[in-house]
Amino acid sequence: MKLAMALALAAWMGPMAKAADDGWLMRVPEKAHVRSNPMARDTDAAAAGKKMFERNCASCHGMDARGHGAWPSLRSARVQQATDGDLEWLLKNGALAHGMPSWSRLPEGERWQLVRYLRTLPLE
Amino acid sequence: MLRRVYVLCSLAVVGMACFPGRLAGQELPYFVTYSHHMEEPGSLDFELKTASGRPHEGDTFLGTSLEFEYGTRAWWTTELYLDGQSTAGESTVFGGFRLENRFRPLLGEHRVNPVLYVEFEDINGANKSLLEVVGHDGAADLVENNRDTHAEKEREIELKLIFSSNAKGWNFAENVIAEKNLSNDPWEFGYALAASRPLRLTASGRNCRLCAEDFQLGVEMYGGLGDRYSFGTRDTSHYVAPTANWNVPHGPTLSFSPAFGLNDQSLPHIYRIGISYEPGQVRRWFHARKEGR
Repeated sequence: MKLAMALALAAWMGPMAKAADDGWLMRVPEKAHVRSNPMARDTDAAAAGKKMFERNCASCHGMDARGHGAWPSLRSARVQQATDGDLEWLLKNGALAHGMPSWSRLPEGERWQLVRYLRTLPLE
Repeated sequence: MLRRVYVLCSLAVVGMACFPGRLAGQELPYFVTYSHHMEEPGSLDFELKTASGRPHEGDTFLGTSLEFEYGTRAWWTTELYLDGQSTAGESTVFGGFRLENRFRPLLGEHRVNPVLYVEFEDINGANKSLLEVVGHDGAADLVENNRDTHAEKEREIELKLIFSSNAKGWNFAENVIAEKNLSNDPWEFGYALAASRPLRLTASGRNCRLCAEDFQLGVEMYGGLGDRYSFGTRDTSHYVAPTANWNVPHGPTLSFSPAFGLNDQSLPHIYRIGISYEPGQVRRWFHARKEGR
């Protein structure tokens, strides 16, 4: 009975959370939005970020970051026009109700390297 | 028989380490403790965990646990465990199965991130996978003969409250465990604590097999807390275990942890080895098939 209640609670929380999670860009706090990338001038950062992308992100977004089906392209205007701070915040927090996992398991430095790599992708 | 199991496990480790061209996420080096990190949605992770030890008055055993972990949603992970066990001079037996679900009730990243864990276990008394310590579990439970213990059915519900935090590259995780045998046994309790950190906090731009950022070191501490009628740290076992893992680039994650018993009820040592392997997005396979690619 308790197990059934726990499962029902979890099933109920999913759509509720989804409703609250629309538009992750709108939820980025101002402090995070204006943060600049400490790796922006590191010449090695884009190569390191590419390596991290291939290991952690490419299984969903594709090796070319063009996305597929429900997995969005990272070459889109929405991503490329977001600030570095926005992208790092998204990597840290995820958008769990929309299927984007949190990458807080990666150290902050690696998340900034990933953001640096995303900046090298052409806008499509 | 035990030697044959060791050989098979070793072959599995070598085979997975050599298998090229797959993608691997970054895993924490914990064997017993859970953090708030969930499996990516649509992603399947295979993991083989072993626990080997020798009670003072018993024979060497090797408990194995084969895990299939699936990201149902970004906030919900489901896992199936198939347990086995082999004891020197006795036999190799199936230890039963476990089905667990983990939920993240808070969707953002917080200073402390809670996770709710619910597990159903249908195991038997011969199970020696030692994935948690609860109640008055101790070395004495591990000396009985497989022939006698294999017939003991244990259907249990296990609940965990998981707290986990990330700070400056470190992960800290605390688990509170409550387990109830569905027969008339009382609730049993346990705990697990852990901390870990990668050797380096930024990735190298080079393609290297032995980059420092791919290695993580940590420590776990776990033990029982008695039961509803005799709550506390006495008459149960406790362990402290340094732990390490290596996220092989484009390959599996290999983990190792020697655990040291802290009191007379504990095994003197438990040696744990883990291999986890993530073949990628299961959902993507089906999408590709639909489009004839």
